[in-house]
Amino acid sequence: MAETPLAPKGPLAARRVLQLPLVDGFLWVVRISAVVVIVVGAYNSLTSGRLSGQQWRDLIVFGIAQGSIYGLIALGYSMVYGVLRFINFAHGEVFMIGAMTGYYVSSALSGTALWRSAPFAGLFVVLLCCMTMSALVALGLERIAYRPLRGKPRLIPFITAIGASFFLQYTVATLFGVDVKAYPAVPVLDGSISVGGFRILRVHLLVIVAAVVMMIALYFYIEKTRAGRAMRAVAEDQETARLMGIDVDRTIARVFAVGGAMAGAAGLLFGLVFQNVNFFSGFLPGIKAFTSAVLGGIGNILGAMVGGLTLGSVESLGPSLVLSGLDIPAAHQLKDVVAFSALVLVLIFRPTGILGERVGGERG
Amino acid sequence: MSGHRSLVAPAVISVIALIAAACAPDDEEAAPEEFSPGPLGAVTVAPDDPIMIGVIQAISGDTASLGVDQVRAIDLAIADRGGELLGHPVETQVEDDACLAEGGTTAAQALVANPQVMGVLGTSCSGAAVPAMEILAETGIATISGSNTSPALTSDLEGTQGAANQPGYFRTSHNDVVQGQAAAEFAFTELGAQRAATIHDGDPYTEGLATAFGTSFTELGGEVVLATAISKGDTDMRPVLTEVAAATPDIVFFPIFQPEADFIVQQAKDFPALAETQKMMGADGLLSDTFVVIPQTEGMYFSGPATPTGSAYEDFVAAYQAEFGEAPIQAFHAHSYDAANMLMDAVEEVAVEEDDGTLQIDRQALMDQLYATEDFEGLTGTLTCDEFGDCADPKIDIVQNTAEQQTIDQVRGNVLFTFEPGE
Repeated sequence: MAETPLAPKGPLAARRVLQLPLVDGFLWVVRISAVVVIVVGAYNSLTSGRLSGQQWRDLIVFGIAQGSIYGLIALGYSMVYGVLRFINFAHGEVFMIGAMTGYYVSSALSGTALWRSAPFAGLFVVLLCCMTMSALVALGLERIAYRPLRGKPRLIPFITAIGASFFLQYTVATLFGVDVKAYPAVPVLDGSISVGGFRILRVHLLVIVAAVVMMIALYFYIEKTRAGRAMRAVAEDQETARLMGIDVDRTIARVFAVGGAMAGAAGLLFGLVFQNVNFFSGFLPGIKAFTSAVLGGIGNILGAMVGGLTLGSVESLGPSLVLSGLDIPAAHQLKDVVAFSALVLVLIFRPTGILGERVGGERG
Repeated sequence: MSGHRSLVAPAVISVIALIAAACAPDDEEAAPEEFSPGPLGAVTVAPDDPIMIGVIQAISGDTASLGVDQVRAIDLAIADRGGELLGHPVETQVEDDACLAEGGTTAAQALVANPQVMGVLGTSCSGAAVPAMEILAETGIATISGSNTSPALTSDLEGTQGAANQPGYFRTSHNDVVQGQAAAEFAFTELGAQRAATIHDGDPYTEGLATAFGTSFTELGGEVVLATAISKGDTDMRPVLTEVAAATPDIVFFPIFQPEADFIVQQAKDFPALAETQKMMGADGLLSDTFVVIPQTEGMYFSGPATPTGSAYEDFVAAYQAEFGEAPIQAFHAHSYDAANMLMDAVEEVAVEEDDGTLQIDRQALMDQLYATEDFEGLTGTLTCDEFGDCADPKIDIVQNTAEQQTIDQVRGNVLFTFEPGE
C-alpha cells in the first residue's frame, strides 16, 4: 500500500492515513479505542461519586505497595535478562523460598524478647535470612541448572528454567507441606498513618520504604562499584569483557545472587503484607513481576521498578476506575485481565517498554 | 485347520444356547415375573456375583476430606446391611474426581466401562458432577450425590430446570437456593441487615450461592448494594474491599474458599466500615478448622447444612468412630449414607430375581423408582424426590464463631438459627 504510485488527493493528514499499511491502521484503531475506553470509564467513575476522594487515594497507595513488591522481584528477571538474554522462570520460586524462610525465622523469633523490645531489629534479622537464603538458592540454580547449558541454544536453558521452577515448588511442598503458613502478627506494623491526605498502612509504608532503599542501594552497586561495572560490561558484550580480564562466570553468578537477594526481600515483604504463604505463592507474583520487567523495559534496572509500580497501580485502580465506570459487573474478578491488557497496550504504544530496553549487542 | 476346528465347539454351543433362550419363555409361560429390559437396558447379576455400586468422590487434593468422609459413610451403609443385597454381596468401585471437572469426566468414563455398575454415588463437587452426569446419563446410570449443591444440577426449586440437569440425577444434599434463602433470612430478619454485599470467585458453587442469597435478600425487602467477585489465586483484596466498604453494607456474604477468604478477613480489619466481624458471613466451604482459628473470624457467621439429630444418627457416629478411629470429618457423611440406602432400597424394589438366582436390574425402572421416592426416612430427615432429582429434606444452620469456640465442631454446634423451607 505504501508504494501506491498515485497519492490520493486531499489534505496532507488524510493522505497519510490512506497510505498507512493495514496493520498500522489497525494498531491506530486499537490505540484510539483504548484511550476512549479509559477516558470514558474514568470519567463515569469519577463523576458517579461512588468512591470518596479518600478511597481513591487509598487505592493509589495499595497499588504502589503491591507494585513495590512486583518491582523488587522484577529486578531479578531484568538483570538476568540483561546479562544472559534469557528469562529465568524459576525466579518466582526464589521469591517464594524467601517468603517461606521469612515464615520460619519470624515464627521462631516471635516469642523472643528481641521481637517484643526491638521489633525492627528482629525484622532486620529476618530480612537478612530471607535475602541470604534466596541468594543461595539463586546461586545454586545458576551453578547446577544454567551454567552447564551456557552457549547452548536459548530454548534449552528456558525449558530448564521451567523444570527448575517445578522442582523448587514441589521440593518445598514435600519438605514443608502444602498447607498455608500464617505469618506471626507484628503489632508494630498494625494501624496506619496519614501523610498529606494519604492514609498509609504501616505495613505498606515499610514495603515502600524498603523497596526504595533497596532500589537506591542496587543502583549505586551497579553504577559505582567494580563488581557493578563488571556486570555492565558482561551485559554489553561477554566476549570483550572476558578479553578485558573480567571473570564472566563469577560476574554472572553475582547477578543471580543479587537478583535472588532482592526476591528474598520481596518475599518477606509479601509475607508481612498478606500474612500467608504456601508452596504455590511464587507463581502468580512471578508472572506479574515478569510482566513488570517487560512493561518497564527489560534489562533496565530502573524500568523494572517503574514497571512494577505501574502494574501494581493499574491492578489496583483499573477495575474501579475504568471497568466499573463502564458498568461491567464484578469488575475485580477481571484484575488480571486489566493487568495483562495494560501490558499489551504499553507494548503497542511503546514496543520496548516504558523506559526502553537496555540490552547490549544481540537482542533476545 | 486347528483354527477352524476350535471355532466349531463355541458355534455349536451358541446355537444351542440361542435355541434354548428362544424356547425358554415357552417353558415358563406361567412364570409371573418374566423379565424384559426397558429402553435403557438392564444390569444382569449372575448368581453369587456381586452387585456393583460405582462411587465418584474427591479422595485426593485439597478437598479430599469431603470425599473420604462420604466414602466411609457409603461403606458403613453397606456394612449395616451385612454387606449383602438380595443375597448378593455388594461391592463398590471407587473413582477419584479430585473435585475437578476433568476428574469427573475420567471417573464417569471408568464406571461406564464396567457394565455391572448399576448405580453411582457421587460426586463430591458440583463442578465435577456437570461433566460426569453427561456421561452417566447417556448410559442411563442412576446417580445420587450426597454433597452437590449447585442449583444448575437440578432446578431453582420453582419449576425451572437447571442448565446441567440430566435424567437419572438425584441428590440428598440441599439445593443452594435453600442455603441462600437461609442466609438471607437470617441476615435480614435476625440481624436486621438492610444492605448486603456479596463476593464470589467464579466457581459454580460460590457464584450460585452468592446469587441465591442476593435473590432471596431482595425478595425479603433488602437491597444488594454490591455483587462483586474476585478470582482464585488473588492475594491483594484491598482494592475490592475498598469498593465493598464504599457501598456501606450491613452484611458481607462471601461463600468462597480458602485461602482467598483468609485474605479477605485479614485485610478487612483495616477498613473502618468492615472492621466489625459481625458484618461478615461465609458458607459451608469455610467451615474448616484452619479458617475458624484466624483471629479475624471471631464474630463471623456461617451458613451450612445442619448436623442431623436423633438416635439413629448417634448410632451412625458411634459406628463411624469405631470403624475409622475419628469422628466424621466433614458435613455430608449422613447425606451420603442416606443416598446409599435410597439406592439399595430402590434396587430391592425393582430387581427381578430369576429362578437360577440371576438378578436383573432394569435401569429405567430403577430411575423411576428413585424419582418416586417419597417419605424416605433417612438420617438427614424425611426425603422426597422431585422431578428434577432434589430429594433433600434441607435444614440449614447459621452458626457463629465466637471466643468460646475453639474447634470446628464447637463452631458447628453454636447454632443461632435453623432454616427449613416452607416454614
